[in-house]
Amino acid sequence: MSKLFSLSSLFSLPFALNRSFSHGVHPPHHKDQTADLPIQRVPFVSRYIMPLGQHIGVPAEAVVKTGDLVKRGELIARPKGFISTALHSPVTGKISAIGMHRYVDGSFRQAIEIEADPYATQQFVQSKKNSLNVEDMSSEQFIDAVQMSGIVGLGGAAFPSHVKYSIPDEQRITDLLVNGAECEPYLTNDHRLMVERPEVVLRGCMILRKQLGAKRVAIGVEKNKPESISQLKKYLTAEMAIDIVPLEVKYPQGAEKMLIKSIYNKELPAGKLPRDIGIAVNNVGTIVALADYFDHGMPLIERIVTLAGPGVHEPANLIVPIGTPIRDVLDFAGGLKEQTREVISGGPMMGSPIADLDAPILKGTSGILAFTENETSGPPEYPCIRCARCLEACPYFLNPSRLALLGKARLFEDMQDKYNVMDCVECGACTYACPSNIPIVQHIRTAKDNLRNRKVES
Amino acid sequence: MMNNKDPKLLLQSAPLLRQELTTPAAMKDVWIALLPATAAALWFFGLGALLILITSIAGAVLTEWVFTDKDKRRFAMSDTSAGLTGLLLGLTLPPGLPLWMAFLGGSVSIGLGKVIWGGLGSNLFNPALLGRAFLLGTFPIAMTTWGAAGGPGDFFQIHSSNLAWPFMQGQYDALSTATPLGLMKFEHETTALSSLFLGNTAGSIGETSSLLLLFGGVFLLFRRGIEWRIPAAIFLTASLFSLAMLLINGADSNYPSPLFTLFSGGLLLGTFFMATDPVTSPLTPKGCWIFGIGIGFLVVLIRLYGGLPEGMLYAILLMNAATPLIDRYTQPKIFGRKS
Repeated sequence: MSKLFSLSSLFSLPFALNRSFSHGVHPPHHKDQTADLPIQRVPFVSRYIMPLGQHIGVPAEAVVKTGDLVKRGELIARPKGFISTALHSPVTGKISAIGMHRYVDGSFRQAIEIEADPYATQQFVQSKKNSLNVEDMSSEQFIDAVQMSGIVGLGGAAFPSHVKYSIPDEQRITDLLVNGAECEPYLTNDHRLMVERPEVVLRGCMILRKQLGAKRVAIGVEKNKPESISQLKKYLTAEMAIDIVPLEVKYPQGAEKMLIKSIYNKELPAGKLPRDIGIAVNNVGTIVALADYFDHGMPLIERIVTLAGPGVHEPANLIVPIGTPIRDVLDFAGGLKEQTREVISGGPMMGSPIADLDAPILKGTSGILAFTENETSGPPEYPCIRCARCLEACPYFLNPSRLALLGKARLFEDMQDKYNVMDCVECGACTYACPSNIPIVQHIRTAKDNLRNRKVES
Repeated sequence: MMNNKDPKLLLQSAPLLRQELTTPAAMKDVWIALLPATAAALWFFGLGALLILITSIAGAVLTEWVFTDKDKRRFAMSDTSAGLTGLLLGLTLPPGLPLWMAFLGGSVSIGLGKVIWGGLGSNLFNPALLGRAFLLGTFPIAMTTWGAAGGPGDFFQIHSSNLAWPFMQGQYDALSTATPLGLMKFEHETTALSSLFLGNTAGSIGETSSLLLLFGGVFLLFRRGIEWRIPAAIFLTASLFSLAMLLINGADSNYPSPLFTLFSGGLLLGTFFMATDPVTSPLTPKGCWIFGIGIGFLVVLIRLYGGLPEGMLYAILLMNAATPLIDRYTQPKIFGRKS
């Protein structure tokens, strides 16, 4: 985008011309580093760590004990309650410990540690039990199967997928929306998946459409991934009746509510779920994991991770067994450059900093990005000059300028009552747009945490 | 455990990416946008104008330096906003103003207009205009005595009143030209639009050349340094309201034409560089429309009925005062919510 003449932001185009949402920002894509690199498999390493709580909801419950021998893909922890999911061993080996282990954010969490068997072939063998015929399943069987597959939303949220597919009786899903927007800069894992396994993406759409009873399927892809779009179209047949929708390149195009607005021109009411208006939204990675599970019986034991950023020696798109220590993945790509100052899990806009490189790759880890001084040391923080760029950036039409000011003064109730801080999804567009370098989204996070804690206490 | 081999990792939370514009860079754009108007000030009003600009900038910058915490001084001054306030104030002053008044004006702009509110971003009123309001109230004669616009030939002529000793009023004998707005109000004489456009008329040193002010304004609009809704609302309201007054009272009634309204006095300077000051104008798009409409309406009203020929100063200051309330009542509709 030309910085000098950005008339398009002065006069937003009518919807019909522009499949998009209002507001948002245009950060540089930085996808060239890895967009054309084929997905490679990371070799097996000696030790794996599987935190029991790496999804949203209740942590899983271990069904193995120290010393047990496990096969690759074998169940090692079962879901505890409905909003929880299963864990499977990413390798053939021995359970070496069950205990507290450092998590990516630096805290300690209960985890199962597996020592890989150096003599095992590490071939995934489909057991008889999980060779299921998805076509004949009832929706209850399908939901149970998805829960036992350990599949969660692979876009980063790691919300158990079976919960999403449990539709109350009075509701009906009409549209399956597949999220291939991948609007976070640097990340190319979804892109490579669409380029290299388009037929599996489409297969997953067919499975899920049938199970959800959806009439239509749309796959939304940002226009900066023409190869993804053309590959999907190549494998698309007329009877599949799937829409491939190119979307304007704008952050956060891949946010659920923005995607729904862009594709159906519908505004999801605050506090409602997509299914309340008949839509089920899934990431392309999740769709592929579903197809792999129902076609080959492979539970969620590996995922695609983009390794990129100016601090990485050899950027790559990798298939990584879940539980692989981040350090081992980095070593495979030549390690970190000396100038590295920060390592991020996820994208640079919404990802979270990694406190310990010995923590493992999780189900929700879409990328490992390393940044140097250039990105981590911005200009100093200046006072807010009320330039309103954050208001123009916020896709939810909140008032980030005001929220940051109130947040600094710790007036959290005002932020909630008068400025709807809880509607913020922390996409970071406001903070990206701020010329005064004010950490707006951090103030908002602090406020939301405080308000949630108060609610729990009272 | 952190390994010894690891680089020292930071835990700054996302987003790590930032767009390139910074607040000091945005200020730099305003300086650039003011260059044509400043050049015009020197062309028409000579060395005297230059001295006025320098002293008002000096007054503003020195005051910020004196009243800012010692530890924060360097950082607070680095955004150049104090100097910008001084320049803007200087451009609204008459060419014959004693320099000590310009200095005092710059000092009041920053002292009472900015520092006491908490510094950059916290003030309610536009600091340059607050300084001008102070000068107008305190030195009404000096602030309303206008010298004729000259040319480059008179560059080295300095009005004797410029050099009046501090707390002396100075002599204004040689200077008693009326501004186009004054001529309109008191003599019912119009000034040719071409003169208003080029700027060879009497007036505040930076307000006379509409053409060069438009250059600066359009530059800022393209750089997205200012909110387009505010100038749009001011121009529309001021021209429609003055057209309505002209039509109601008849064409020969000596009411100004819409074009005269737009291109005379401080309307353009005030619109592009003061009304659009982000700190003192509303945040919300709807709020900007209301703010601009208010200014456009008030400026015509004050010009027609007020005691002084010009009304831009008070129009903007009054709407500055309304800004917090406007913001509160024009919050945008949140995505997915009804109102």
